[in-house]
Amino acid sequence: MANPGGGAVCNGNLHNHEKQSDGSPSGNCAKNGIVREAQQNGKPHFYDKPIAESFEEAPLHVMVFTYLGYGLGTLFGYLRDFLRSWGIEKCNAAVEREEQKDFVPLYQNFENFYTRNLYIRIRDNWNRPICSAPGSRFDVMERVSDDYNWTFRFTGRIIKDVINMGSYNFLGLAASYDESMRTVKDVLEEYGLGVASTRHEMGTLDKHEELENLVAKFLNVEAAMVFGMGFATNSMNIPALVGKGCLILSDELNHASLVLGARLSGATIRIFKHNNMQSLEKLLRDAVIYGQPRVRRAWKKILILVEGIYSMEGSILHLPQIVALKKKYKAYLYIDEAHSIGSVGPTGRGVVEFFGLDPRDVDVLMGTFTKSFGAAGGYIAGRKELVDYLRVHSHSAVYATSMSPPVAEQIIRSMKFIMGLDGTTEGLQRVRQLAKNTRYFRQRLNEMGFIIYGNEESPVIPLLLYMPAKVAAFARHLLNRKIGVVVVGFPATPLAEARARFCISAAHTREMLDTVLENLDEMGDLLQLKYSRHRKSARPELYDETSFELDD
Amino acid sequence: MRPVQAAPAYHLILEGILILWIIRLLFSKTYKLQERSDLTVKEKEELIEEWQPEPLVPPISKDHPALNYNIVSGPPSHNIVVNGKKCVNFASFNFLGLLDNPRVKAAALASLKKYGVGTCGPRGFYGTFDVHLDLEDRLAKFMKTEEAIIYSYGFATIASAIPAYSKRGDIVFVDRAACFAIQKGLQASRSDIKLFKHNDMTDLERLLKEQEMEDQKNPRKARVTRRFIVAEGLYMNTGTICPLPELVKLKYKYKARIFLEESLSFGVLGEHGRGVTEHFGISIDDIDLISANMENSLASIGGFCCGRSFVIDHQRLSGQGYCFSASLPPLLAAAAMEALNIMEENPGIFSVLKEKCKRIHKALQGISGLKVVGESLSPAFHLQLKDSTGSREKDVKLLQEIVNHCMDRSIALTQARYLEKEEKCLPPPSIRVVVTVEQTDEELERAAHTIKEVAQAVLL
Repeated sequence: MANPGGGAVCNGNLHNHEKQSDGSPSGNCAKNGIVREAQQNGKPHFYDKPIAESFEEAPLHVMVFTYLGYGLGTLFGYLRDFLRSWGIEKCNAAVEREEQKDFVPLYQNFENFYTRNLYIRIRDNWNRPICSAPGSRFDVMERVSDDYNWTFRFTGRIIKDVINMGSYNFLGLAASYDESMRTVKDVLEEYGLGVASTRHEMGTLDKHEELENLVAKFLNVEAAMVFGMGFATNSMNIPALVGKGCLILSDELNHASLVLGARLSGATIRIFKHNNMQSLEKLLRDAVIYGQPRVRRAWKKILILVEGIYSMEGSILHLPQIVALKKKYKAYLYIDEAHSIGSVGPTGRGVVEFFGLDPRDVDVLMGTFTKSFGAAGGYIAGRKELVDYLRVHSHSAVYATSMSPPVAEQIIRSMKFIMGLDGTTEGLQRVRQLAKNTRYFRQRLNEMGFIIYGNEESPVIPLLLYMPAKVAAFARHLLNRKIGVVVVGFPATPLAEARARFCISAAHTREMLDTVLENLDEMGDLLQLKYSRHRKSARPELYDETSFELDD
Repeated sequence: MRPVQAAPAYHLILEGILILWIIRLLFSKTYKLQERSDLTVKEKEELIEEWQPEPLVPPISKDHPALNYNIVSGPPSHNIVVNGKKCVNFASFNFLGLLDNPRVKAAALASLKKYGVGTCGPRGFYGTFDVHLDLEDRLAKFMKTEEAIIYSYGFATIASAIPAYSKRGDIVFVDRAACFAIQKGLQASRSDIKLFKHNDMTDLERLLKEQEMEDQKNPRKARVTRRFIVAEGLYMNTGTICPLPELVKLKYKYKARIFLEESLSFGVLGEHGRGVTEHFGISIDDIDLISANMENSLASIGGFCCGRSFVIDHQRLSGQGYCFSASLPPLLAAAAMEALNIMEENPGIFSVLKEKCKRIHKALQGISGLKVVGESLSPAFHLQLKDSTGSREKDVKLLQEIVNHCMDRSIALTQARYLEKEEKCLPPPSIRVVVTVEQTDEELERAAHTIKEVAQAVLL
């Protein structure tokens, strides 16, 4: 085995994930180092595509104002609570039944402080109902509130053709019916909708088998198994894979489903800093060398839980380093490719293809069909032993209903489309279009001076807003200009880093993106959102991709 | 200087030594407790090399009974083609026969044409469609509650609802025969779980009394500890009905909230199919939360919770399966709405279903070697071995033989499946029999007859 000095991971030039200071002299893209991975089986495989990520820190005055804003909101919240408890202000929230007033209160007063006083003020920006397919444009139902967002009513008007920058529609496959969806219609008419049984009992249809074979072929692995819900795929299969006496190393910013699955499994959980390979390596070394705490026995197995693309940061996993680490320390790797399947990689096969690695290096490939395939559900793929084990022991296979047949058919159809099995190259074109759109949008936003997080090639783009009031103003103004965006605040993000999150789709045309960018430019000036302190390049024509060929 | 000179010599020497010792202690390095025997780098590398983890998954033998699924070709409706053979379906929970109802399919098709398949986002981020809001309204109106909330997966419904209210330090009294989804919800909530014997109200009262005595010892803690009773309307594992009137009495006596899981009883019990509350004639406001899945009677996918706004609204921000998961595809929501319409239009099907249940229940009495477990009202009941062979594996094999023979004679049955290592109170192995409205009387007779013959042949 290689010695640690010239070992599997070259830590010297590793991408340093800490937030950059504003003194960086480079232009739009911050190139942070070359990554090398030395294979253990003798064949040298060098991945030297630079990972270009940036997580710029905001100027100090922004943070001060953000905290001031929250402080003011909290003060007013206390004032309001006081007025409400003394009956001076009308209380609009629902209350407990008269007969149950002497029961222990269902909610602690403090738990809901944030919800009651800060979230309610701006909650018209979430849960916006739509009444069309979530394609590149959709129709939003107009709602107004007469009592400061406690209740809403629909005016009956529909805001038509709002540009959709919020739905996870990466390849533009979520659209209203057209002829290519004929097979879905046929399956619906033949099979019906429900299944009314579990996989183990009477719920395995031939459609599920067909789908599983196709997924395995798509990902280039031995076998795959599909489940009816993406969230449940994680929360019901991680407990089947690890249990007490095992160790889970989970990224700081993992999704709630991964956290829930890890907790339900009963294994010990240790957290490493987001995408930080030194932190992970330290944890791995400590785990292997010192074993379980107190009893000093060796761990039964170590499972590393990571995601392909992190949806709130837009960062892409550093896969080559993780694979090298996992091989050195004999850990198992579980990647949740909910956002990255279908959207990154030259042919849309996910992070493994994006970095040019072998899918057999990853032990458990998990993903969902909601985002790029326009359907619902999740899958787990890998070696045949793994999938057979899950077929027998997964909680979902024994107790939960299997996937609905028309949804399965939609996934089959989308996958064939992306793979080119339907006879056209449109699928591949869409993947390329998504990559082009992503690069263009990110580059323009950087030029305008916004702070954008994440990897250059990730189609999930968080734009930092910081202050809670700007969050509300941003979303409302843009809806008035017929652009639908998603804004996220606490608790999904850290308190001071509220953001707007754009999801680029292959269905967005250049005109749509330009419209959005123009409006964002105006909003940026109106709300003073252009915090970035990177100086723009002196040679802008080098970044104009329209005038020369890109090599993919 | 006088006191110093007046002191005896040994005293001065002692004090001098003490002062020097203090100075030494002050300036010496702090003593680190070496809890880990300092390993050299070489030893660490050796440890890393030597360590062998267990394989990620243990190997599964090829003929593990659970590995070979029954493959259904075509729709899983009344006449089902299992493993290539045409059978009558006694295994899918298609109680009201709505799986291949043309109206339901037409409604879903209309929705498919308008919205496509997926919703591409969670409810908070443009994943809320008008179809979802309509379905929630309809369900709330149907169940006569204030509000309803929809989940995209039946299992996730109760498994997300319980941890939204019950946290660490709260107490939950739950029946031993509760289904796996409830067990997972309880595990995720990290609360204190107290199991009471199945449907045994005296046992539950005993536990509640014990808790009351604990409360009197520590009234401050008692004032912030929430209590919940979780029960199922019709238990999936035993086919029995929960004694709801007694539960409600205990609720008011000991001030615990009731969460009812009505997956099997929604659309089955009660005059209009509203579930066990209608069956017993109890006001629905007495139950804090009713959770059901739409995968049985409503022949769709997903689940819902209904109750007062005060209770249900909380899940919109803290129900994990609601906030962090994509919403239900609109075509499934439209199908559920149409199924609900059908349920409202002909309330006569519930009594038809009850009749059929009673009929087959009677017909299956007196089979040699098998006993019927479940009430005569329950459309999903179990057939267990009267005398177990002693080992669960052998029992499972015997029952599987019976099932296989029945399938050869065109009656599709299945064994009730459990995860043996994960269940808290593992029920004994059994064959699950499901009665649906679509089964004709001849088919019911034939099924009973077949099971009787096969059981005799296999068990004797």
